[in-house]
Amino acid sequence: MIIKIGAEGESERKQERKLVIPGEVIVSGEEYLPGDFTKKENNEIIANRYGLAEISRRVVKIIPISGVFEPRRGNTIIGRVEDITFNGWVVDIGGPYSSFLPVSECPRFINKNNLAEFADIGDIISAKILNVKKSGIDLTLKSKGLGKVEGGRLVKINSHKVPRIIGKEGSMINMIKNKTKTEIIVGQNGYIWIKGDLEKENLAEEAIKIIVNEASSDGLTERIEKFLEKNLIK
Amino acid sequence: MVYAKRIDKRKFDEIRPIRAEVGVIPNADGSALFAFGETVAIAAVYGPKPLHPQHMQDPARGIIRCNYTMLPFSVAERAKPGPNRRSKEIGMVAGNALSSVVDLERFPGTVIDVEIIILQANASTRCAGINAAAMALAHAGIVMDELVSSVSIGKIDDKIVTDLIKEEEDYEEGEGATDIPFTMTSRTKKIAHLQLDGKIPISRFKEVIEAAKKACEKIFKYQERALKGEKIN
Repeated sequence: MIIKIGAEGESERKQERKLVIPGEVIVSGEEYLPGDFTKKENNEIIANRYGLAEISRRVVKIIPISGVFEPRRGNTIIGRVEDITFNGWVVDIGGPYSSFLPVSECPRFINKNNLAEFADIGDIISAKILNVKKSGIDLTLKSKGLGKVEGGRLVKINSHKVPRIIGKEGSMINMIKNKTKTEIIVGQNGYIWIKGDLEKENLAEEAIKIIVNEASSDGLTERIEKFLEKNLIK
Repeated sequence: MVYAKRIDKRKFDEIRPIRAEVGVIPNADGSALFAFGETVAIAAVYGPKPLHPQHMQDPARGIIRCNYTMLPFSVAERAKPGPNRRSKEIGMVAGNALSSVVDLERFPGTVIDVEIIILQANASTRCAGINAAAMALAHAGIVMDELVSSVSIGKIDDKIVTDLIKEEEDYEEGEGATDIPFTMTSRTKKIAHLQLDGKIPISRFKEVIEAAKKACEKIFKYQERALKGEKIN
């Protein structure tokens, strides 16, 4: 299967990417170098993961299309408070590890004796990943637009579909926001927070589900726009 | 009487018709269905995710926790639900076979849950389960060197046969039946798992390995096609 990525591909020209499976030889030749999720053995570049293989110049890498969220420093994420400790919050951000938000990374005054006042268990926060260490993942709220979000709902999707939800320079997400008049925050971990009228929230969630299911097809933005318009008239 | 012809009229090295598909369980991180004829297995993969209880965590690597379940209606006589000695053993061997190809050092202290469920059984359930689980792991975006393919080889009377059915497993005439589940890695062709139930002279074991390798290569082709988006019926 060959998937052509047009709308959200980083490069200007249409690039052909091949679906590969673990153990598959992507290319052979001395000149190629192994990139993400590949290895070189006897001048053959071998895939180590299921995904789309991309060859740019000499480097061969695999773009994952499935799997859990892999936290990276600087990612903006949405999380749900799992637990409160004496000096911070344990936050579920999906993926292999849960993360920790210390009180000191909160930009406003917090009563240390009652952390639940700011964010209780079950509350949703938008935060940034400060660093990823062996001992765990630390979060921060010290950046613009971060903090606890009130009300709304949380929708979980696969983190690898996030670029498609956002679209080229935010075209897709802005279109959904404008059409449905909802507030939406997309976390890079695949957690999406939506707030608006109940009906509109439902519609936005439905649109997101469609995007996830049809992520690899062309002309998706137009189709979603039509879908939203059709359902908004009702 | 010699076992001259197979009960279901297959050739001695013929595998039953294969069904394979990925993405059968939308809620899982990765999932697959694999069937040898009437033996149908599905597998779902969740994770890597934090491992609890904490004492099971390994600070150097992640672990694979594999559960094998035969549904009550999968066999003619209702199977009592819940884990038993047999299902625990099969879960363990399947987990070990899969661990040999998965890059576990990538996420230390985590677990990858692999659930193998047998919907319908007519022998070779562990092999169908391992095949489904390997596809599900790849589908879940787990970093792994290669896939594994599994098949059961038997010695019925004095014939080496590929992919046994229940009646063959229970064959009692002549030398009787021997069942050898066998798992091979897809690229490096290494043996990931091998069991033996019954008796076989060492002199004939080479034939078994040859038959198994041939069958595993065929099975891998189906796994590959299914992972590339084909639905094989």
